[in-house]
Amino acid sequence: MRFDSLVDSVGNTPLVGLPTLSPSPDVRLWAKLEDHNPTGSIKDRAALAMVEQAEADGLLTPGCTILEPTSGNTGISLAMVASLRGYKLICVMPENTSEERRQLLRMWGADIISSSGVGGSNEAVRVAKGLAAEHPDWVMLYQYGNPANAGAHYRGTAPEILADLPTITHFVAGLGTTGTLMGAGRFFRENKPEVRIVAAEPRYGELVYGLRNLDEGFVPELYDESLIDSRFSVGPRDAVRRVRELINAEGIFAGVSTGAILHAALAQAARCVDAGERADIAFVVADGGWKYLSTGAYEGTLDEAEDRLEGQIWA
Amino acid sequence: MAIDVRIPTILRPYTGGERSVDGNGSTVSAVIEDLEGRFAGIRERLVDEAGGVRRFVNIYVNDEDIRFTGGLDTSVADDSTIVILPAVAGG
Repeated sequence: MRFDSLVDSVGNTPLVGLPTLSPSPDVRLWAKLEDHNPTGSIKDRAALAMVEQAEADGLLTPGCTILEPTSGNTGISLAMVASLRGYKLICVMPENTSEERRQLLRMWGADIISSSGVGGSNEAVRVAKGLAAEHPDWVMLYQYGNPANAGAHYRGTAPEILADLPTITHFVAGLGTTGTLMGAGRFFRENKPEVRIVAAEPRYGELVYGLRNLDEGFVPELYDESLIDSRFSVGPRDAVRRVRELINAEGIFAGVSTGAILHAALAQAARCVDAGERADIAFVVADGGWKYLSTGAYEGTLDEAEDRLEGQIWA
Repeated sequence: MAIDVRIPTILRPYTGGERSVDGNGSTVSAVIEDLEGRFAGIRERLVDEAGGVRRFVNIYVNDEDIRFTGGLDTSVADDSTIVILPAVAGG
């Protein structure tokens, strides 16, 4: 495959079967390998789409500064796109994210403003909104409320999967900004409404939920409950267990959040087996494991990995 | 055997600092009523005026969000775990 430039190669990722982890020939699991994108995560789709939309709307002009709250992958994707198009990028990132993410951001030329780990990404969003108000010339693309984020999956991720797997019955992805699930959910509602949309939400340690009050809670503006059918909360122990199964059984080296997504996909698969239903369950491999080696998720016992992930934003 | 209810940091002032309390009832709603009897005020933090789960609160029965399983009418079994969490951002 030949492309004019790196950003032109975003998307059109492989969909691979999981012959070992699939419970039966009638209930099959399929992995959408989003780590095959240029910076190694599904966020390349959203970042590129948001920048292109902002350029089309005249919001982004040469030399502009982009500001974004991110726990990592969106920032890394934006940094790559921004560096190629001549924008400066400032990321607001919680302090309890992996060191690899910081190094990658700096490598692609982004500046990082650390926000408190208490409150997790909620706090990063709050700090970024404050900075945006102080610097009206900065452009905050704001992945949590930008329709171009969901649009990237409506136009790319979901139709690619349907083309490769016309018999799809379930789509499973992680719930963070909600962009993947909202875009893919809307696409399947319109084009194959019998497909069930399943969300896997990472459950972090207590630090991340240590808000001052419940009104500081956060639901992304993009989120529309009617576009999903079930939502699972997955803790670090199950996420780590599944991410290890994925590499042991299928050879796929994925990031920790993908373990959470696989956990929800396997729960769905078990329900289909119990109900005697045929199923083709497609799930998202959001990124590879490289950026999380320092978290200790891939070594030692599950107890040790769980302890190490306590307090970290691992998805 | 009672239902294990996990309380987030922010609501522990109601439970005397306990991070996990026992609850009784056959639905989430009944368990919340049961908790209210011992930890007065907690119901109002979970349930809004319209009788639904508050916007920035998520309640899970055996790791599944009850908004997709029947809301507060979601049934619970004696060996169920209920997790209450504030809504947080990802990404």
